[in-house]
This record gives sequence, structure tokens and C-alpha cells, in this order.
Amino acid sequence: MYKIIKKEKLTEDIDRFYIKAPLIAEKAKPGQFAVIRINEEGERIPLTIADYDRKNGTISLVSMRVGKTTTLLSGLKQGDSIQDVVGPLGNASEIKNFGKVICIGGGVGIAPVFPITRELKRAGNYIISIIGARSKNLLILKEEMENVSDELYICSDDGSTGYHGFVSGFLKEYLDKDLSGNKDKETSIARVIAIGPAQMMAAVAEVTRSSCIKTIVSLNSVMVDGTGMCGACRVEVNGKTKFVCVDGPEFDAHQVNFNLLLSRQKIYCDDEGVCFDLYKHKCRLPQ
Amino acid sequence: MAKGISKKELKKEKIPRVAMPEQDPEKRSGNFNEVTLGYTEEDALREASRCIQCKNPKCIKGCPVEIDIKEFIKLIREKKFDEALEKIREKNGLPAICGRVCPQEDQCEKECILGIKDDPVAIGRLERYVADREMRHIAEGIKKCAWSKVTKKCTKEKVAVIGSGPAGLVCAAELAKMGYRATIFEALHKPGGVLVYGIPEFRLPKEIVLKEIEYVKSLGVKIEVNMVIGKILTIDDLFKNGFKAIFVSTGAGLPYFMGIPGENLNGVYSANEYLTRSNLMKAYKFPECDTPIVKGLRVAVIGGGNVALDSARTAKRLGAEKVYLIYRRSEEEMPARDEEIEHAREEGIEFQLLANPVEIAGRNGWVNKIRCIRMKLGEPDDSGRRRPVPIEGSEFEIEIDVAVMAIGQGPNPLLASSVPDLNLTRWGNIKAEAVTGKTNIRGVFAGGDIVTGAATVILAMGAGKSAAAAIDEYIRTGIW
Ligand SMILES: Cc1cc2nc3c(=O)[nH]c(=O)nc-3n(C[C@H](O)[C@H](O)[C@H](O)COP(=O)(O)OP(=O)(O)OC[C@H]3O[C@@H](n4cnc5c(N)ncnc54)[C@H](O)[C@@H]3O)c2cc1C
Ligand code: FES
Repeated sequence: MYKIIKKEKLTEDIDRFYIKAPLIAEKAKPGQFAVIRINEEGERIPLTIADYDRKNGTISLVSMRVGKTTTLLSGLKQGDSIQDVVGPLGNASEIKNFGKVICIGGGVGIAPVFPITRELKRAGNYIISIIGARSKNLLILKEEMENVSDELYICSDDGSTGYHGFVSGFLKEYLDKDLSGNKDKETSIARVIAIGPAQMMAAVAEVTRSSCIKTIVSLNSVMVDGTGMCGACRVEVNGKTKFVCVDGPEFDAHQVNFNLLLSRQKIYCDDEGVCFDLYKHKCRLPQ
Repeated sequence: MAKGISKKELKKEKIPRVAMPEQDPEKRSGNFNEVTLGYTEEDALREASRCIQCKNPKCIKGCPVEIDIKEFIKLIREKKFDEALEKIREKNGLPAICGRVCPQEDQCEKECILGIKDDPVAIGRLERYVADREMRHIAEGIKKCAWSKVTKKCTKEKVAVIGSGPAGLVCAAELAKMGYRATIFEALHKPGGVLVYGIPEFRLPKEIVLKEIEYVKSLGVKIEVNMVIGKILTIDDLFKNGFKAIFVSTGAGLPYFMGIPGENLNGVYSANEYLTRSNLMKAYKFPECDTPIVKGLRVAVIGGGNVALDSARTAKRLGAEKVYLIYRRSEEEMPARDEEIEHAREEGIEFQLLANPVEIAGRNGWVNKIRCIRMKLGEPDDSGRRRPVPIEGSEFEIEIDVAVMAIGQGPNPLLASSVPDLNLTRWGNIKAEAVTGKTNIRGVFAGGDIVTGAATVILAMGAGKSAAAAIDEYIRTGIW
């Protein structure tokens, strides 16, 4: 059992949990994830380790309420426990001084991009952060990101804050401007890191493809064990099958088959509905 | 007539092998309860009476851990059931499990003299009978639990065991019996390895595995779940934390795919995922349990081993109307246990033998067809089995909703990749000395499927047991 030391509401649907897990906190690095199981009947779901505090022996997980498991999770309070937390899993992000790096986070994806951004900043990079959400009140970790960025840009789908549009749209404009102000017609950006919904990462990959900027995405596939044992998380990278949990979660965005990722993410959509409906029915939640 | 058997001995083989009581095929293919119900006392006595108590019993040599089969059967005949169980336990700590899942027809029963002219003695069923009998008696309060409910205190050196499958469980149990403080680190949230995540309930009830694990714990073994070694702790960390020796028994958990087009379509599973969802995560109880599984009406399973048959029979129980088992050789070469093949047929699994998939086709991201080619058997290959060769122009298609790839598993590289110096074979298995399980790294032993490649429960147990003895010697003498 893993105890919830603190819980913060980041938006209506997004919570941040600080969980006692000293061994995981000791080893966790930016980019890695954990697999959790809420209770005995629960499914195993992956959540990125949003941060870790080695001194206090805690890790933090950020979760958005979408299906039954995340709804159950969001119902847990400070002092409650999660049955199983396994981690740190997956490979850590590559952290070194690349030069100028653009860090992009969309929706809950801002949570995992934050520790990577912080470490990249510490490593001496010039950080341009672009974060976005559907609407102003859904934007998370703005201050945290501001603290570790040299430039911070905000986007919202509905225009309620910052740039009106997707992060990928803003990125394109930014890169165009960067190029036009540059007489060698060569980009000054060494690397782009983008984490968010699959569509967003696919769109970012399209923007950077022509300028050949190395672009890293962290894939959010369906998982079971998280240790390379089942293959539920398989994706196609550069025409080859890879397991996100052990070969990733980060991959070169220009080699990822996003259509396959999007399709495989939908395998259990109907089932999730069934399961959630039953739960809502049992708990008399509004349908 | 076989040499060395007297006429009198052969004459005795009049009683036919006692059939195993089973759930009716039609009924059982709709539930996950155990298929075989186990012998009654009468059945057991009758079957035991078939044993001719050979002077030179060959069955014992057929057993990978050399259980004194002749003696335990004699004890059953004398109705000394508890003593019979003790006799088995001298060599095999998991009789209720092995009685159910060992491929007896390739081991002890293959060597049984009766088998020359008749059916061999049902050694596995007798083994299971005495083990089940004790469990029943304990549950009914007739017998006191064979082990103390109070966990024993071990005081000797600390030993780490990585992986809680049969190899790890037995190794840790043996070490604890010798007084070592053994800790098992398991990656999943439940201990048991393949016994819990792979082999289905209808063949090996999880309650039995749980009881065996309780027994191992009662010996003083600590089990820490949710610990992926190589990630949360490395082998070096374990040594630094005071473990004097380490036994690696991480199994063969890496699923192989065929590398044919369409394998990443929705509805295509590795057998590991399919079985893990159903067994470990209880997807068959969905939506009461939260883990979903795609329940196709038409399911194709590719492979011919126990894993394939378990997947096919699971599909049937999940509600499939048609289940095809596609295997590239003929039934004779199928590595699965005979009993499972028979049960699968009874349950209506359709065998597509001498056929091999060449492509999986789909619509809107979902599998809808599997294209196969007919095969014929050519010359024997390295394994001694005749090599299947495709027959040109013989392609055919089967319409399906789900495909399960059960063509084999390799060693999971996760742990090994965190120990760069560890010697591995070409296929990624850990190189370890026979019997002792010593690897090239001082203090690190290995055994079970991670060394042999996917094999059997009994071989994994045997490896765990002999490694425990080697670990004891190493710790006592310090000699590597
Ligand atoms: C579906 C199926 C059916 C089978 N049927 C039969 C049968 O009928 N009869 C038979 O004799 N054999 C059968 N087998 C084979 C048999 O189960 C295996 O040979 C046996 O379980 C191997 O035991 P093991 O202890 O080596 O490994 P496993 O049972 O595979 O256990 C390994 C354990 O190590 C854990 N692990 C892996 N990596 C790590 C890590 N880095 N850190 C911590 N833990 C880790 C795994 O999670 C797992 O729990 C079957 C196998 C399968 C998959
Ligand atoms: S989640 Fe099972 S292999 Fe990646």
C-alpha cells in the first residue's frame, strides 16, 4: 500500500498526488513512469512520474479524470492509500546541454514535461516552453513552468488565454519567425520535446519534420505490466515494432507511426464505457 | 516382451487406467472452474494397485527431480496417504501444482513399464490426489496444517531471489529451511510467476498456488511485490544492501511475434497479454473487475504448446463461438501436454494443423482475417522434429475477430541489461553452470526459464532447489 501524503486540485478534473514511495523517489528520473493499481479489482494503468522528492521519499503523479480508474483515483483523499505503485519504469529522458530547446506540454502532458524542462534548464539549456490547454481554467503548472523557462508561451484552444489555437500552430509561427530572423536560414533550435495527447504530438512532429529539428515525444500507449512482458504497449517506430514501456516511452517523433498509436489507444474505449457506466450506476453518480 | 520383467509382473496389468473425473466439456467451456476434478480415494487406490512395483523402477529416472515414485505409490496402496505425500515432498515441494501441470507423458509415465503394452500408471494423478487430500483435510479441520502458522525466524545471511515463479519460490523455500533470510523480489503485484499470470484457473486453480506461497512464507521467506529489479534496485544495490548471494529466476517473459504484416492491429494479442489480462487481472470477470479484454466471436490462436492451448481454451470460455488453433507442424509434434490437446478437442477447438500464418489483415485498424499457408513436413531440424515447409500456392483465409500469438517467449532483457557484465547466450538467456546455477558474476546464481528458455515448472523447481544448495555452500565456504 502506498499512502497519499498530499493531494492538490490543479483544475476541476486534474489532481496532483504526492505519494510515499521512498525507493521509487530515490531512483526516479525525468521521463520515467509508474504503473498503479488502485484496488484488488483494479486495472493497471501507467502514469508519468511528474516529480520526485528524494529527501521526503515521495513521488508525485498527476491524473486527469477520464475513465473509471482515474475517477476512482480522483476520489481518493490525503491519507488514503493506493494498492500498488510500481516504478520507476521506462528509460529516463536524455538530459544534457543541447543549446536551445523547445519544451511543449499539452493538457495533462504539461505535468511530465515539467521535470524534464527543469533538468534541461539545470543542464544549461536555453528553454522555450510552450504549454497549452483547451481553456484557461484547464491550464496546469503555469508557474512551475515559468520558473524553469527562459521564454514561456501559453496557448488555449478557445482563446481564453494566450495564443488562440493549438501548441503546434504556435510552434509553427515561432519557428517561421526564428527562421526569417536568421540569415543562414538555419534553425537555432537544437531539439523539441513534446508531451501531450497523441494528436498534439503528431501535429508537432509534422511542424518540425521539414526543418529536421530533432523532436522527442513520450508515447502514452495502453499498458499492462510495464516491464516488457505483454506487448500491449507496442507501437511502430521507424517501421519496427517497439514496446513503449521498455524501449521508450520517449521516441524520435519523426519515426513514430501516430496513426497506429491513435488506433491502438482506442482498443478498449467501448469497454471503458461499459465499466464506467456500471460503476456510476452502482455509485449512483450522475450518468 | 521387455527385458527383465517376469511374466507374473505383466499378467498383473488387468485393471485399466482409472479415468480422471472431469467437468462435462460443454458445461466447462462456459466456465473457468477446474476441468479435472481429481481422483476419489477409491480411484486412487485402484490406480495405485496397477503399479507392478518394478525391481528397477524406470519411472524415477524419468522424473526430473527423481521423486521416489515406486515408494509413494506403495504407500498409497497401504492407505498411508500422508506418508506418501511426505515421500513426494522429499524431492518436490509443489506436488499439487506438479500433479496438475507436469508433462508426465514425456517424463515418469513415459518410462513406466506398463506403458509398453498398456496405459502407464497415472503417476501425476496420484501425486495430485495425495496433495489435494491433505489440503482438503486441513480445510476440513481433520488434519492440522503441516506447517506452522507462525512465521519461522531465519537468522543466517540475507539472500535475494529475483522473480517468484516456481524456480524462485523453491529456491527461497530451501534457503529458508536452511536458516537463511531469503527475500523474493517480484515485478508484478502478485507472486507466483507463470503459475498466476499464465496458466489459467481452469487448469491450475489460483487458490492452490496461493496455499503453496503461504507455505513458502511460513518458512520465513519475505516476498516483496512491485519490485522490478534492474529499475528500482540493481544487482549492485542488492549486494550493497547486505545480500550475500542473489538467485535470478526471472523466467521467459518476453513475448515473440512472427514479424508478419498486421500483427499490431487491434485485436491481435501476445499470449502473454491475453492470459495476463484474463488470469492475473481477471478480465473474465469484466466489468466487475476493471481490466478489459477483446472478446471475439472468432478467435485464432497461433502455436502448439501449452501456452497456445491455454489461450485457445480461454478464448472459448470468454465466449468465442469458433476458436482455431493454427500450428505449423502436425499434432504429433505439438509440445503441449497430451491431456490439454485432448481437452481442447473435446471443448470444440478447431485444429488447423500444418498451417502457418503469412499475414493478418484488418479493417479500420481491427483484425478481420488471417491468411495462412499450408505446410508439409520435411527433413528433421536441429530439434529433431521434422521441419515444416510451405506448400506453394496453398494460401487460405480465415475470418477472425481476435488473434493470439503463442509462438514462444524469450528471456526478458530488463534485468540483464542493467548488469552489463553478465554473460548471456546468443538468445539472451543467462549463462549458468548446470546444477549450481553459478553465473560469471561472483555471488550471482540463475535458474529456471531465464537460463533454459521456456521449459517446465518441474525443471524450474529443480533448478531452484539445486541452486539453493550451491548458494549455501558458497556462503559457508566463500569459494566461488
Ligand atoms: C501459459 C503457460 C502455460 C504453461 N503450462 C505449463 C505446463 O502445463 N506444465 C509445465 O511444466 N510448464 C508449463 N509452462 C512453463 C512453466 O510455467 C515455466 O517453465 C515455469 O513457470 C518457469 O519458472 P520460472 O520460475 O523460471 O519463471 P516464471 O514462472 O516465468 O517466473 C518469473 C517471475 O519473475 C518475475 N520477474 C521477471 N523479471 C523480473 C525483474 N526484473 N524483477 C523482478 N521480478 C521479475 C516475473 O514477473 C515472474 O513472476 C507454461 C507456461 C506458460 C506461459
Ligand atoms: S506494458 Fe506490457 S510489454 Fe509494455
